[in-house]
Order: sequence, then C-alpha cells, then structure tokens
Amino acid sequence: MQLPASNKKYILSAVLYVAAVISVPFFVGFSPYYLYLSTLVVIYIISVMGLNITLGYAGQITLGHAAFMGIGAYTVSILTLRGWSFWPAFLLAGLISLLLGAIIGLPAIRVKDHYLAFVTLGFGSIIFLFMTNEEELTGGFRGLYGIERPQIFSLSLSSDRAFYFFVASFLLILTAAGLWLLNSKWGRAFKAIRENEKRAEMVGVNLLAYKVAAFAIGSLYAGLSGGLLALLMRFIEPTSFPVTESFWLLIMLVVGGRGRFEGAFIGPLVVMVLPELLRGTEGLYFVLFSLISLFILIFWPSGLAGLLETLFEKVFDREMPGLTK
Amino acid sequence: MFQLILSGLAIGAVYGLVAMGFSLLWQTSQTINFAQGDFLTVSAVLIVILVGSGLPFPLALLLVLGAVALVLGYIYKRSVIQPLIEKDPHSIIVATIALSFLLRNSVSTFWSTQTHRFPITLGEGTYRLGTVALSKHHLFTVLIAVALIGGLQLFIKKTKTGKAMRAVAQNREAAEILGIDIQLVTTIVFVINGLLVAFASILVAPTYMVSFSMGTTVAHKAFYSAIIGGFNQLHGALLGGFIVGIVESFTAAYVSTQYKELFVLILLIATILIKKQGILGTEEY
Repeated sequence: MQLPASNKKYILSAVLYVAAVISVPFFVGFSPYYLYLSTLVVIYIISVMGLNITLGYAGQITLGHAAFMGIGAYTVSILTLRGWSFWPAFLLAGLISLLLGAIIGLPAIRVKDHYLAFVTLGFGSIIFLFMTNEEELTGGFRGLYGIERPQIFSLSLSSDRAFYFFVASFLLILTAAGLWLLNSKWGRAFKAIRENEKRAEMVGVNLLAYKVAAFAIGSLYAGLSGGLLALLMRFIEPTSFPVTESFWLLIMLVVGGRGRFEGAFIGPLVVMVLPELLRGTEGLYFVLFSLISLFILIFWPSGLAGLLETLFEKVFDREMPGLTK
Repeated sequence: MFQLILSGLAIGAVYGLVAMGFSLLWQTSQTINFAQGDFLTVSAVLIVILVGSGLPFPLALLLVLGAVALVLGYIYKRSVIQPLIEKDPHSIIVATIALSFLLRNSVSTFWSTQTHRFPITLGEGTYRLGTVALSKHHLFTVLIAVALIGGLQLFIKKTKTGKAMRAVAQNREAAEILGIDIQLVTTIVFVINGLLVAFASILVAPTYMVSFSMGTTVAHKAFYSAIIGGFNQLHGALLGGFIVGIVESFTAAYVSTQYKELFVLILLIATILIKKQGILGTEEY
C-alpha cells in the first residue's frame, strides 16, 4: 500500500516540529542539567499535545489531565519494580490510561463545560488520594524509588543523552500520529463538536463515540508521557500529579495556543525554559507568569501560536503554511 | 455525636458561605471562580499583616473588607471577567485559574511561605450542656455564618438591588430589556462575593492557621458543596455546604481521616451524573 501524498506531508511536518525541539540542546549545550530540562520539556509537550486533542480540538474541558500522567507513571513504576520488563509495562500504562480516559469521557455525553470541569476535577482528586493513601501499592507520600531505564537491543538508556533521544523518538511518533488524526475524519469530527455540538450531531457526527475518543486519546498521550517521566526521574511521588498540576498543563496549553498544533510545543517550552533564563527570580517568575497568562487570555485568546500566525500574515501577507487548526 | 454534628455544621457553614458566593457569581455571570480559595487566603493574610503592624482587629477587618470589595470585587469583574464573558466558557475557567496562581504565588513570594497564627479566636474551650461538650469556636462559627446568610437573604429578598440580582439570574436578556443595568448588578454581586469570602476567612483562619495555601482546600470543598446542593439556587449551595460538612466530620470519625475526602468526591460525581443541577437546582437552558 502506498502512502497518500497527504500522509507524507504529516510525516514531514512532524519531522520538522520534532527537529525544532531536538535542536534545543545543541544550542544550550548537553550539560546534564540542560539535558534533563530538555527531556522534561519533551515529556510535557507529549502530555500537552494530548490535552490539546481533548480540549483544543474537541472542545472538552478537563481538569484531570495530570492524573493520567500519574496513572502512567505509577503503572510503569509499580510493574517494573515488580520485575516486569519495560515494554509490557509501558504498553499496559498506555492501555489503562486509554480505558480510564474513555470512562472519564462518558460523562461528557451528559454534561459539559463547568459540570465536566468538576467531574474531571473530582476524578483527579480521587486519583491523587489513591496515590497518597494506598501505601502498599504506591509508597504513599514517600513515593517509589529505583525505577530502572530499559535497554533497547544493546543500547543502554542509562546515559542521559541516549534517554533524551529515546524520549524524542516517542515525540516524533506521537506527533505524526496526532497530525494524522487531526487531519483525518476524526479531526474534522472533533472540530465540528467544538464549534457547535448540536449542528455536529445533526450532520451525523456520533457524539458519544467522538467525545469518548477525544478523552481516551488525550489521556493516552498523558499516560505515555507519565510513563516516560517515571523513567526520567527514576523515582516518583504523588506531589508531581496533584490537581494544580492539571491547572498548569491547562495554562501551558492556553499560553501556547489551544486548537493550534504548535500550541502544545510552544506552551511547555515557554513555561519551563523561561524560568531558567530568569533564574534567581524564583517565586517572582510565577507571579509574572500568571499575570502574563491572564493578559494572553484576555487579549490573545489564540495564545502565542495565534500571535505568531498573525505576525506571519502581517509580514508575508499570506497564511502560515502547514497549519493544523 | 452532638460534637460531630456541631463541628460538621460549623465547617459546613463556612463551605456554605463560600459556596453561596460561588453560586451568586454563577447565576449572574456564568463565572466559575477558581480563585475563590485564594480570595480567602488573601483576606486572612491581609488581616494578619495589618494586625501585626499594630492596628486593632476591627479596624483591620474594615480595611480588608474595603480592599477586597474594591480589588477582588470591582476591579476583578471589570478587568478580567467582563472582557471574557462574551467569549467561550473555557476562557473564564482558565482565567480564574491563572488569577488563582497569581494570588497564591504573590502571597508566597511577597509575604511568607510559613504558617502563621491568626490574631483572634472566636472563643476557646467548651460550653457544657449536661453531658455534652460544645466547642465555643464551632458554636460561634455557626452563629456568625447564620447571621451573614440571613442578612444576605434579606438583602436579596427585600431590597431593590436584590430584586435586580434575582432578575438577572433568572434571565439576563429579559432583565436588560426591562432596563436593569446588568453590568452594575454583576459588579455588585462580585463585591458581595468578595465580602462573603472575606468573612468566611475569619471563620476558618483560627483553626486552619494562615498560609499561602489555606484557601485551596476550603474552596474545593465549597465547589463540591455548591454542585451537590445545586449551585443555580442559593439555598442549594447552602444545603450542599452543610451536607459536605457533616459527611466529612462523620467519615473522619467513623471511617478514616485519610479518605474523608473520598466520600464527598463520590457524592459529587454521583450528583452530577444523576441530577447535574444538584439536589435543589433547577433546569438550566
């Protein structure tokens, strides 16, 4: 079977996106700290990309996204610590996130907007309670230690550089998959639901199926990113996945630009790299950043990605090419 | 047993107050205020700072109420909510979350990351009624909350402004056609919300202690209360507060303190899925 020309286009733009991200350490240097930071950014890009599918494209709000990162991280950690090898554990982490995501998507049929926000908030809180209190399984507040990175063929991922490229290859795969999905019939259905649910239903979009799918796929991305996070840190604790973390992910997406594919890349990059440039300001940075997020919401609801597009149009007098809006 | 009911009612009354503010904002402007808890924190912190600098408590309280009404009521409504109200509901949700981070980080950066004692108490020790010991703090909390709730109800029922608030809540467009200044009414509601939350902060601060994160838990419980009771009805939000307070104090005593939140969360999700408007809530269009 030959790939249609349009699919080649998505693979090409996926390569471009990921190349842009991977080039970061080549600029800032491969020092252990920068490598760690770059890996962290890539992991968060994967998670926010999932949130973008659920919220940005399908228009379904969720305040429980970090809980799925937690589910992925804990699944991988608990299983590998009990002697499973990485791949089956990682696959299972993805599968559990996908299924739980689908279940969380079910209420979206009956309720939306603020009610949905609260159902997902409740879910996130329950998962957090579970992580802190089921000590035998999760280690409680002490967390879980000694998570081993896997070997791929004969290549060990214990070196930070090798691990960075391992994570980046996941970014590549998930970016290509996301671009393909959003430009397919699925993406069109998502956007139809976001724009006008009743109209979408009238023209034959199966609301149940697509809403559940939007949640399931978004949660799958979060679960996988959580699994990678556990490998990066080699230790996990519940305080990495509280409800406020879901809020941060939401802000990363909104600052980056929801419903714009670049948004999921720009958001985590800005939110996580900027504090490095403003080091020494510590708390003040968060104050400034929350203030900037508020301004962006009020004045440029399409986020930095939208701002970039507008600038491009002003300068070159034509629309930015290769957009997946 | 009586102790449990009283402590449940006391904390429930606080949840109820915060939930009522939340419900008012929702009814008149479809705003879900995720910064509600940080409003509470900021009010308590300001009182600690003012009293610490030598002001008597009543004067400090008055100043804080004024500041809260101005900044977290008027300015918040004008600069953040008003521009976003016509856009999508998600923007308002995220904006209030951003504001919540702003307030929280401002408090921890410019004030302190430590826990501080609140300068006043609502009474220490207990009253004895036969064999039952009633905590003074809980008793006064309930009394003050009931007075505030009664006052608010009177205001809404008896005054012209209250009538306008009810009209806007029932039907925005119709209210506007009838010549009600919707922006003004909404602003008044934001001011009332700020005041309610500031009073709630005085009720919880003596037991919770004052820190940059003190409001978060209270606010989340208040949200849950509002939704369980029905947040498009004021008395629904209040009922929810008492339900959550009592469920919490009983599960903490008889089941487990670790999971005292779990029952409330299950109640929350079940409510939304069974009757999303909550126990006393009415159908929305």
